[in-house]
Amino acid sequence: MELDSVVLARMLTTLTLAFHIIFATIGVGVPILISIAEYIGIKRNDPHYLLLARRWTRGFVVTVAVGVVTGTCIGLQLSLLWPSFMKIAGQVISLPLFMETFAFFFEAIFLGIYLYTWDRFKKPIYHWLLSIPIIIGSSASAFFITTVNAFMNTPQGFTLENGAIAAIDPITAMFNPATPSKVFHVLTSSYVSSAFILAMIAAFHILRGKTDEYYKKALKLTMVAGFIFALSTAIAGDLSAKFLAKYQPEKLAAGEWHFETEKGADLLLYGILDENHEVKYALRLPNMLSFLSFNDFNAEVIGLNDFPEDERPPLWIHYMFDIMVTIGVYLVVVSFLYLLFERMKRFNPYHKWLLWAIVAGGPLSLVAIETGWIFAEVGRQPWILRGYMKVAEGATTADHVGEMFLLFLALYIVLAIICTTVLIKMFKNKPAETELEYRFNK
Amino acid sequence: MDIQLVGMTVLWLFLYGYLIVASIDFGAGFFAYYCKMKKQDHLVNHLISRYLSPVWEVTNVFLVFFFVGLVGFFPDTAYYYGTALLIPGSIALVLLSIRGSFYAFANYGSKENKVYLFLYGVSGLFIPASFSTVLTISEGGFIEKRGEEIIFFADRLFKSPYSWSVVFLAIVSVLFISAAFLTYYADRANDEQAREILRKYALFWSPPTIIASLLVFAGLREHNIAHFEKMLMYWWVFGFSFICFLVASSLIYQRKRYGTAFVFVMLQFFFAFFGYGASHLPYILDPYVTIYSAYTNETMGIALVIVFIAGLLLLIPSLVLLMRLFLFDADYVKGKK
Repeated sequence: MELDSVVLARMLTTLTLAFHIIFATIGVGVPILISIAEYIGIKRNDPHYLLLARRWTRGFVVTVAVGVVTGTCIGLQLSLLWPSFMKIAGQVISLPLFMETFAFFFEAIFLGIYLYTWDRFKKPIYHWLLSIPIIIGSSASAFFITTVNAFMNTPQGFTLENGAIAAIDPITAMFNPATPSKVFHVLTSSYVSSAFILAMIAAFHILRGKTDEYYKKALKLTMVAGFIFALSTAIAGDLSAKFLAKYQPEKLAAGEWHFETEKGADLLLYGILDENHEVKYALRLPNMLSFLSFNDFNAEVIGLNDFPEDERPPLWIHYMFDIMVTIGVYLVVVSFLYLLFERMKRFNPYHKWLLWAIVAGGPLSLVAIETGWIFAEVGRQPWILRGYMKVAEGATTADHVGEMFLLFLALYIVLAIICTTVLIKMFKNKPAETELEYRFNK
Repeated sequence: MDIQLVGMTVLWLFLYGYLIVASIDFGAGFFAYYCKMKKQDHLVNHLISRYLSPVWEVTNVFLVFFFVGLVGFFPDTAYYYGTALLIPGSIALVLLSIRGSFYAFANYGSKENKVYLFLYGVSGLFIPASFSTVLTISEGGFIEKRGEEIIFFADRLFKSPYSWSVVFLAIVSVLFISAAFLTYYADRANDEQAREILRKYALFWSPPTIIASLLVFAGLREHNIAHFEKMLMYWWVFGFSFICFLVASSLIYQRKRYGTAFVFVMLQFFFAFFGYGASHLPYILDPYVTIYSAYTNETMGIALVIVFIAGLLLLIPSLVLLMRLFLFDADYVKGKK
């Protein structure tokens, strides 16, 4: 593969987004859990939950900072790396992009207020109310930015004549066919990942021999939330598959190695593909792909061979699909087991193996976010604007994209290392037990 | 007034907003580092961080707002500037990332870490310098369109005296605006020691802003005579700016009414910035992009204006709340809350 500026622009965009979505996911999901914890703490007058909210918030701020700066990077890189794309599509997507900044603005203002007013109100519930605009702001910005991405997958609300855009309808463009399932999936998967990341911390402390009620309450709260969100994510995933079957069959077909159009198509799990496009070692679930796509075991599913060769996505996205789905199922099972053990007196919810499974759920959920996102993005190759503009037509013609890639790579490595060490140090030097004592005189 | 002009004015207003809040922020970071080096940090830094902590994220949004709005209203700018600014834009982004994240690392994580403070304090001075190159490029002469290709002459930019005068003005202004604001903030907090240090900074940086402005005028005359002559047509705007500067500086010098002094600093830059902007019109990028040629289609323009008004209705009360809680709440400023 030649490293021309198109490939390099793709690499740099991938790099920035791959790094950004880790922090964006946390930024969208964690405020909800903070808010729930504070609410329970206030209602039950329980210092454990109040402390949970406070400590989560402290860690959250550091990740927000990295999320904000990398978000600024990708925002500007859209124009720096894809000027021709922005010139055309910018006329249609600027509305949601603009609204996203408003949502972000709203969130930023209230996050600042929330952070520095813990003890300023006579009634603690006033402070809790400030968490609502943060949640609205972060989820709304996820919503708006996802509509932009959805638009790139199923563009509508304009006509293109000789490279000039006309007859624009911003609302139709925003609420395109991909929007509902994408937004639903992005939001729920952010929530479930955040729940599992916080659960991971609690489970890890219990494994390390911490016995305070604080950790058990943290684990229970995050696992209940994790289970609910994991189930919603599964539903959202199912809706996304149905959307793909209808509007982007080539993505689903490439992800499922489904070559021939047929009725009663099988679902393939795992396996490898050899150079003759023969699938080996795969787990074949008869007629399941048809069912997944159309709720009908005998429905016809369009195969990849029906598409011109230069409009097919790469076939390796099947692996991404598998990893994402497997982890999704794993998260449902683990959180379900914890809840089951917790309810039934016969089992121990703090069993070593279960706790380790929860710990693993944290990083795994982020892996699922990354692979799911790669599946969605690479799955619409070679298009940048499906059906209208190919990736190569949108990329910059400027030189030195390669050097910029290395510059940002170095930046993200440094940020990742320091962010991690800062976060670990913050909490190691100030364990929850001591903080409980001095803050609440428990 | 044309919708294009309305759009540009609104965006320019946001850029002006960014200029003020970011200057306070960037300068404060630099002063915090400088005081640490001079071992005066115990006098000043708690004051600085009390102001900055709740607002740093909001500062960043002003910038995002400006460029998203610019690309939205005038998509052609994405094409020209996007191609030309790959290197300076990326460097500015890296600096911005270092600054934003290390602010959080230094303030919420390791409070005593000098490296973090250094990175966050010094990167703040380079950011206005790197952003100001965009204004320089907008004067034309650094970008050429050959066929379908946009070519950017980085070496010309590097050698241009005009470009360096703009950089100089940007850095000096940041330090002046920031010192003037922090003097006022320290005064509100009844923190005399901090106020005296910051007042000295404000006075120290006040003459250079005027010298730098004159250099920019001279440089522009060499670089873009047409724009220079249009600026002369707006001489009275720049005259107002100068009067505001005199009022502000003399108030600070006489140790009187620091709040009013800062308002005059804001007015000084308001007049200068709008005088510059008005004389630059209709060009966004001389001579390729004007606000008319780059304007998005009518439907989108109207939709953006509607969203903009709706957004402001949401933002202004929130911003007022933020300021009342942290800027105008005497007890908070004094550190009692």
